[in-house]
Amino acid sequence: MDNTFLQTFKIQGGNIYNAGKASTEIKAILKQLGINARIVRRVAIASYEAEMNVVMYAKQATLTFEVSPSQISIIVDDEGPGIPDVSLAMQEGFSTATREMREMGFGAGMGLPNIKKNSDYLKIESVIGKGTKVIITLNVN
Amino acid sequence: MHGEFHTIKFVDDLCDGHMHCMRVCPTQAIRVRNQKASLLDDRCIDCGECVRVCPNNAIIAMTSSFKDFSKFKYTIALPSPAFYAQFGKDTTPSLILESLKKIGFNDVYDVACASEAVSIAIQEYLDTNKSPRPLISSFCPAIVQLIQIRYPNLLDHLIPIESPMEIAAREAKNLKMKETGLKASEIGAIYITPCPAKMLSIKNPLRKKHSFIDGAIAMRDIYPTLLQTISQSNGNHDIKDIQGLGLGWPIVGGQVACLKAEDCFAVGGLTDTVRILEDIENDRLKDIQYVECHSCPTACVGGTLTVENPYIARGRVLRMVEKYGLIPCQNREKIRGLYQKNFFSLIGKISPHPVQPLDEEISRAIEKMQKKQDIHDKLPKIDCGACGSPTCLAFAEDVVLERVMLDDCIFVAIKKFEKLSSDLLETVLRHSEKINSNIKMITS
Repeated sequence: MDNTFLQTFKIQGGNIYNAGKASTEIKAILKQLGINARIVRRVAIASYEAEMNVVMYAKQATLTFEVSPSQISIIVDDEGPGIPDVSLAMQEGFSTATREMREMGFGAGMGLPNIKKNSDYLKIESVIGKGTKVIITLNVN
Repeated sequence: MHGEFHTIKFVDDLCDGHMHCMRVCPTQAIRVRNQKASLLDDRCIDCGECVRVCPNNAIIAMTSSFKDFSKFKYTIALPSPAFYAQFGKDTTPSLILESLKKIGFNDVYDVACASEAVSIAIQEYLDTNKSPRPLISSFCPAIVQLIQIRYPNLLDHLIPIESPMEIAAREAKNLKMKETGLKASEIGAIYITPCPAKMLSIKNPLRKKHSFIDGAIAMRDIYPTLLQTISQSNGNHDIKDIQGLGLGWPIVGGQVACLKAEDCFAVGGLTDTVRILEDIENDRLKDIQYVECHSCPTACVGGTLTVENPYIARGRVLRMVEKYGLIPCQNREKIRGLYQKNFFSLIGKISPHPVQPLDEEISRAIEKMQKKQDIHDKLPKIDCGACGSPTCLAFAEDVVLERVMLDDCIFVAIKKFEKLSSDLLETVLRHSEKINSNIKMITS
């Protein structure tokens, strides 16, 4: 069986100070594994957006990061309000961000579309009142 | 190529393993083994932070000395604009230039004026080029190296414009060749440098095989001689006043102050620069046009080879800009024309120099990463540094790469001894019980 590396991260909702820490660590790991710089950049953007969604909307989440010689996967499983209409949320510019979020430079409605653009596979499972699970995968080659 | 050239050197005889350098190194490039500090070549970005903190002066910056210049028939001194801020308020830039001639340089050339020209070129590039935003300044060699090593993704963000130092040296040389009839190789352009990192772009230019600068002398080396000459001078000088916004370049924000674009900002120090680079990598700053980055927290006036307190020097720069900065020294239209003729362009591409991965083969690299994590879990995670690696995570990596043994960690070693001694005690007790009962058997 192929070797895999797995690490999980806890993300706290509302914790702006620590926002982006998991993506920073993920990037560092991928660079040390010698993954192509362009793929690292895509993973960075996708995981950062996913992490920020938790910080902005959810209570907390677990981010599971797994890498094998052929695939990188990031699963963000949050406890939060859920997304009522996933296909609407996927549209560029659609945003439910508050004014405060926008002032901090977030909530331009590019989060999920940006994740889609920077991943090879994206699946979103959401249950209203319970939470959202975002599954992102990228091919290494 | 890894490890081909660095501008700092560790002197083993002077080093007694204090670890100050290891703790401040922003890229975790230093290890202390057997009470001697050493460098991991592929990680060093030549920022010189270690040079600042070594209590034994065991880390030396490799700059030039006067005798290196004897091979030239004609020498031109090009002081970094940060040099103007190293002296008292009555010492004007022109007086400093005049005094450099008195101590032995055949001529001098003002780099601040080239900085103004480069600022106009940056503005032109911002106005006419659609490359990825934000653009990142490429004038601090330590920052460029940081990007080559840790952020190869961001190489297309570096602004492909030549540094004021190079532009000034090229101009100065061309001028003198015409004037004196000497060949380029007979004229030495000598930069007076605030930091060792500049030496890097001289000895090992990023893209070209050749730099127009022939050597760099440390500010702190030339300062005492020059100060003496200045104090003996009557204050008169033939050199006309130095003017222009380029005088502000050696402080944080100096470049941005020359630009018209609104969405620009400046950052000083590696901790904050890394935060910005992480944000750029995460696509967070796309609305920003230009980021001016300096490895030193106070930019060039606080370079490792400067003399004056960087905050005092910064104050002087601000006053100089107030006094002389508002009168331009360049003709904007002329510079635009030169820009269109690629006068300011960097040639070639800045290549990535990523840190060596854990293994060249990805499957083995993943295996080693997992091992690194397992080792890290066994460590106290307090980053005490007693093992000679800067953090527990760095130590775990050093174990995986077989640079050290796991029980080089004092906490792991203590646990091992505890286990050994309790095992030993148990064995001794068991044996003594056995012996005692044997003795009882014999004696009874």
